[in-house]
Amino acid sequence: MMTNHGNRITQGQFSFLPDLTDEQITAQIKYALKNGWAVNVEYTDDPHPRNTYWEMFGMPMFDLKDPAGILMEVNNCRKTFPNHYIRVTAFDSTRGWETPRMSFIVNRPKTEPGFGLVRQEGEGRTVHYTVHSYATDKPEGERY
Amino acid sequence: MSEQNEPINLPDDTPVDLQTEFDNSHIQEVLDKLDKELIGLKPVKTRIHEIAALLLVERMRKKMHLSAETPTLHMCFTGNPGTGKTTVALRMAEILHKLEYVREGHLVSVTRDDLVGQYIGHTAPKTKEVIKKAMGGVLFIDEAYYLYKPENERDYGAESIEILLQVMENNRDDLVVILAGYKDKMDKFFQSNPGMRSRIAHHIDFPDYSPDELLAISKLMLAQQNYRFSAAAEKAFADYIKLRMQQPHFANARSIRNALDRSRLRQANRLFKNQQGLKKIDLITLEAEDILASRVFK
Repeated sequence: MMTNHGNRITQGQFSFLPDLTDEQITAQIKYALKNGWAVNVEYTDDPHPRNTYWEMFGMPMFDLKDPAGILMEVNNCRKTFPNHYIRVTAFDSTRGWETPRMSFIVNRPKTEPGFGLVRQEGEGRTVHYTVHSYATDKPEGERY
Repeated sequence: MSEQNEPINLPDDTPVDLQTEFDNSHIQEVLDKLDKELIGLKPVKTRIHEIAALLLVERMRKKMHLSAETPTLHMCFTGNPGTGKTTVALRMAEILHKLEYVREGHLVSVTRDDLVGQYIGHTAPKTKEVIKKAMGGVLFIDEAYYLYKPENERDYGAESIEILLQVMENNRDDLVVILAGYKDKMDKFFQSNPGMRSRIAHHIDFPDYSPDELLAISKLMLAQQNYRFSAAAEKAFADYIKLRMQQPHFANARSIRNALDRSRLRQANRLFKNQQGLKKIDLITLEAEDILASRVFK
């Protein structure tokens, strides 16, 4: 966002850091598998810090022992959508959690145009602020 | 990867301590366990020792920056039913794990049903899912010849084989594939899938057990369940094995296991009938009459 140089979207874990290498991604996935979480690969071209509705790439992967299979799927997704945002989430099905426990971005478009601030004049001269991605001015699939 | 590309400047006479490496890998424990728990199967054990040695040397070479590529370790186990193919596959996963050839060392055992789908577009995701589960371990495909059905040209098995071949070639670091099946059918399978044959480095044939070996196996099985033969029962069971081997559908160790289960049933029945003065030893011992009641003796 505005305070984030380079217009990089920040969402989930590690998003203020430089892009993770495959080795680092493997290490993170290994941690998720060690805890028995199901790992998914998701993608979107609708960037917003609070957009949680991403498309799933393939099925969620249960009962995996080794991160190699998930990395393979991440690379497949990168090949299919080289210019989309791709993230890896780890879902914890334990009673009481039943929610993603990890989520981090593993692929970004080459250029991210960033976000503008939209002001809406409300009643009584109040102003509502909203964050708007320049990329979403174009239709889906043509954004990057 | 990068350390392998470093220039090799170790002198040729650098000493190599294979023994320490061997001790550190704890491989001997697994091999001993294999020798103890598996009766007979000489050629199989020799081959496993060879593979273990190869992997150990390979690891040494890697340390000296000599290794070129990870060796192919896909295997094919052929043999009659009940000759211990699955058991050996389990041990194999353990050995490969001890030698750090596979990262996790688990065994995923599948058959045709788990790999091949029922309609177009169902097979690829299904096969891939199984492969992903097996990564870091060993994928054991039982009765692998069922994957290929030449009489039906629209069978989806071929698609599954294609994906398997690709993974066997590209993900050699990630998983080891073991195919298993009866000898004649596997031979036919390889004839129609030459690509599969060439990607499998080790073809291991499991011989049938001799009657003596089967008796030793039965004693081992009983010991695991805290049972034992009386002297007369042991003799009766030796006779049983000889007779049973001549009958159709003899499945080596599996038949023995079933026979033992049935004798346990008869023993329980016998104990119920004469409950007077039972001792602990009666619960442990299988008597000759428990065995001689089998239909094989009729």
